[in-house]
Parts: sequence; C-alpha cells; structure tokens
Amino acid sequence: MVTSTKKQPLLKVTNLKQYFPIKGGIFSRTVNHVKAVDDVSFTVYEGETLSIVGESGCGKSTTGRSILRLENPTSGEVRFNNINLLDLTKREMRAARKDIQVIFQDPFASLNPRQTVGRIIEEAMEILTDMPREKRLDRVKELLQQVGLRPEYAYRYPHEFSGGQRQRIGIARALATNPKLIICDEAVSALDVSVQAQVLNLLKKLQKQYNLTYLFISHDLGVVRHISDRVMVMYLGKVVEIGEKKDIFDHPQHPYTKALLSAIPEPDRTKRKERVILKGDVPSPINPPTGCRFHTRCPFATEYCKQNEPTIEQVGDKTNRVACFYAEELS
Amino acid sequence: MEINQSNVETTIEDPNFLPKKKSPRLERVKSLMVKLVTNKMSLVGGIIVLIYFVAAVFAPWIAPYDPLGIDLPNKLQPPTADHWMGTDDKGRDILSRIIYGSRLSLTVGVVSVLIGAFFGIALGLISGYYGKFVDTVIMRIIDVLLAFPGILLALAIISALGPDLINVMIAVGIFSVPTFARIVRGSTMTLKKVEYIDAIKALGASDFRIIFLHILPNIMSPIIVQGTLRLATAILTAAGLSFLGMGAQPPSPEWGAMLSDGRTFLWSAPHVATFPGLAIAIIVIAFNLLGDGLRDALDPRMKN
Repeated sequence: MVTSTKKQPLLKVTNLKQYFPIKGGIFSRTVNHVKAVDDVSFTVYEGETLSIVGESGCGKSTTGRSILRLENPTSGEVRFNNINLLDLTKREMRAARKDIQVIFQDPFASLNPRQTVGRIIEEAMEILTDMPREKRLDRVKELLQQVGLRPEYAYRYPHEFSGGQRQRIGIARALATNPKLIICDEAVSALDVSVQAQVLNLLKKLQKQYNLTYLFISHDLGVVRHISDRVMVMYLGKVVEIGEKKDIFDHPQHPYTKALLSAIPEPDRTKRKERVILKGDVPSPINPPTGCRFHTRCPFATEYCKQNEPTIEQVGDKTNRVACFYAEELS
Repeated sequence: MEINQSNVETTIEDPNFLPKKKSPRLERVKSLMVKLVTNKMSLVGGIIVLIYFVAAVFAPWIAPYDPLGIDLPNKLQPPTADHWMGTDDKGRDILSRIIYGSRLSLTVGVVSVLIGAFFGIALGLISGYYGKFVDTVIMRIIDVLLAFPGILLALAIISALGPDLINVMIAVGIFSVPTFARIVRGSTMTLKKVEYIDAIKALGASDFRIIFLHILPNIMSPIIVQGTLRLATAILTAAGLSFLGMGAQPPSPEWGAMLSDGRTFLWSAPHVATFPGLAIAIIVIAFNLLGDGLRDALDPRMKN
C-alpha cells in the first residue's frame, strides 16, 4: 500500500460474514449454513478502483450485495465514511444509499421493461433527493449525455436499446444521485468484448470526472487488469490475496492467485508461462475444508495447512498481503 | 430479440444510433390483438363475449318484450315467429328474459371476479414478496379455502349471508381468491429475484413502491388470463346457486333461476329449460376460449 496510504479510506469492511441458512425437516429448522462470505476484511480508498476477483460462487457478488444491504449480513462491520451501515435503520440507510450505488451484470434484467428510460433514472432522484420534478428531467437528460447517449432517449423504453446502451442507462441511473462509491457487480461481463471496452472507458472517464470510487466485482481478469488500482482475490468466501494491481499480476504470491493468473491467454509465445491447472472442484461452501480452504486443491498443501487456518499477512517487499503459510517460500 | 441483435452491431460504431420510436404498450396491445384474431378459437370466443356484452348493455332496445310481462293466455308457447325462444309458464318471452338475464350474469361474473382478484392479488403479493412466516400463514389459509369444493363453499357462505344476488357475488368472489392468490404469489416470487427489483431496492425504495410500481405491472398477464377464465367459472357457479334457489329470486330473469323454472316442464315444454341452459353453456365456453387464447398470446414462450 505504497500509494494508497495517502488516500482517505472510504469503505472499510471488517470481518464481514454472510451465511445463508439451509432449512430442512418438517419444522423447517435451520440445518446448516451456506457460508457465502466468511470473515472478509478490506478497505477501499477514496478515488480508487478495488477489484474483487474469483471464480463463481466464491462470494464476490455476495460481498457487494451485503455492503448494499441487499442481504442481511450475519456479522461484521461495513464502515462507510466511518458510519457502520449495518447498524443503520432502514430510514437512516436511505440517506447513505445516496452515496453508494450499484451497476448490475445483466443489462436486460436490470431495467424495468415497463418504465421509460427517463422514469428509470428519475426514480433514483425521486426516492433519494428532494429535487423538484422539472429539474429532475433536466438532470436525466444531462446524465444521458454524460454516459454517451442522446437526451431524447429519456422517452424510450429499455427494449429498444442494445446491451451496451442499456448498460449505459444503468450507469446513468447509478450516477443520478451523485454517489461516492459505485459497486460494479460484473458490470461488463454480459457485454460483447468491443462494447465492454467502450463501457470500461466510460467508467474510467466518469471516475476521473466525479472522483468516483469503484468496487469492481468481476471474474474477467483482462477487464480487472484494465480498470483496477488494487485487486483482491477471493476463494470460497475468504480473501486469499490483496494488493496493488501491478504486484498481484506480476508477482502473485498465493498458489490460487498464481493458478488464476496462469489462465489468462498470453498471445506472445515467448512470454508464455507454465499453466497451473487445479485439480478437482471448488468444495462446497456448506462444509468448507478445515484449515486453509484451498488445501484440497493446492499443489503445495501440507498436513499443517489441513489443520490450521492462515491469516492474511504482508509478504515480501511488495504490497501483496497473502493468506498462505508458505507464501514466502513459494515466491 | 432481432431488434436488439441488430442494435448491438450498430452500437460498436455509434452508441447514439437512434432506434425507431415505439410505444411498448401500444405495440404490445397491437401484437396481442393480432394474435387473438389469428387464433380462430379465441376469435370466436371474443366475438361471442362481445355479443353478450352488447346484449346486456342495450337490453331495453334489443329485447322484443318486457322480461317480466306476464301473458297467461300465451303460456308455454314453443318457439314461434313472435316469440323466437317461446314463452315460459307465465307467458313471459324467454328471449327477452335471456337478454335481460345477461345483465345479471355478466354483472355477477365481473363483480365476483373483481372481488376475488382484489383480495387474491393483495394476499398473493404480500405472501410472495415477504415470504417466510407471512407466506406460510397466508398459504395455509388459502389451502383451507381450496380444500372445499367451490360450490359447497359458496353454499355455506350463502346460507350464512342469506339468498341474494349480492351475496352470490361475495360468495363466488371468496372462492375465486385462492386461484388468484396462488398465481400472483408464484409470479411475485419469480420477479422478486430479478435484477431491476434489486436495483430499485439499492435505491432504498419502500416496499409499497416496489410492490405496486415494479412488481404488479409486470405480472398483469397471468392475472388477466386467470381473470377471463375465472369469469366463466363465476357465471357458472352463480347460475348454479340461483338454480338451487340460493341466488336471484323470482321473478328476476336469472339464467340459473330460469333453468330451475323450466325443470317442471322438461317433457311438455323443453324449450323453457333449453334456452337458458344454452345461454349459460355458450358464454362459459366463450370465456374459456378467450382465456385460452389470451394465455397463448401472452405467453412469451409462444412467440414466433
């Protein structure tokens, strides 16, 4: 964290846990829990982009949803501007929502098909601000221009637009209340590659313009490399590695990060590295493995890894903080 | 879908490509109409329903005689040029009575479906949206209602409230509640998980806003289909109750009551019971055809 320390922390997540109960039996007792997010801590600094990467089911989206209180986290703290969002009542939370917005993955499912684009964007202002009606429409048009769409589009319906255009509408909605933090939940994953690049560049432009902070959730390492300042890697509900983008991509320390990064296709033959192929499947988050959660698939796991759970520690002279007992030896 | 596909390609060069302006509501209604008209069965159903409604609205102008006008010398006449459907045991013109009867039957049908839909939709929305304990309680109540055979439940309600057409509407309305509640609950549960509901939740919208502005408008199709099909059942049940003497009281020209009157002369003057029976059968079939057609037309999977 060489450069980040100068910045103010905007969002501080501490020991966040999100368990989903599994009901069973005749009396629908809680028989077990899906431990979607299990003791996750990280900080997002003002103006930066922190990416969360990991394979499906690792809890990256749930982390985002818990911060937004779309789920009810089991325990932990989510401090935004030093206020713990999880302590707030529904009404107090509404005030905070003005500053935290979200862009969703599927541009075809994230817009109500029965509302005009203008209504969709306006509704955000209607709920969260006391802007008068006439001003709202002006603002809608201004926002549409900001995201590279024509102001006349305000009167049209979502089904008339393409995926990329719809995602721009989603971005305009997220921007409507002048938020500080935007959670991008797989925001470009559903788009064509060429449209992806356009939308990513738009996100970057808007970040510069409004000093936005992004929590960028993605499984696409190419996209993450393009947009992030820092990267956090998750595996089975836990953070395995976090650090500056450069350090994560060039000097990954955790065996899982290494395996993940080796999956990026490298067009340059001479630069091609050995592909690390993991064996087996991700274990179930209902009964996660004891000790280090990655030990069942880790090529370097020892008996010690099965018994003890590693904490996340700074390793080496880079910014990486790693949850692995052997990080130093392996690097 | 094809529109979206072609737009994707255009977007790559120009994100400002202006698609042709279309109002989705108008377009939807138009395509729905086209589908209903091209489907022969629903077209027939729709036309018959329309004829009944016209007859009900313009009854005083269409009906050749007073539906209550007693003319004893001409009693139990078979169909003639003067009385197209004959006369009943008091000499009243059956055609006129059937035309006026459509007012009663359609009113009972529509009002009871509205009662059923109102409470059913409310319960279904609450149950589907809040889930958990609320859902369990509401659905168990609905199960109890469903456990009764429809006509028996209606009979029980009528015997508690007294035989009257208003009470028939209430009774038939109550026994329509479970079907609406179940359909709305299912649709709500599916829709609750869609991303745009999450998006609006992330804006801190109230439950009221989410339910009425974002969920309800998007689950109208199954409600409309169910409402149409339910009209047939409601009319049939109401006629059944009147037949049993639990609904409309004489001399009102209710089809079920007329059928009951004609029972006595089934051998000597079969037309007295036949025509009201046909009137009931035809409208029930027509609503069913229309409902099935609507279901097919509104089903997104049936799109070509």
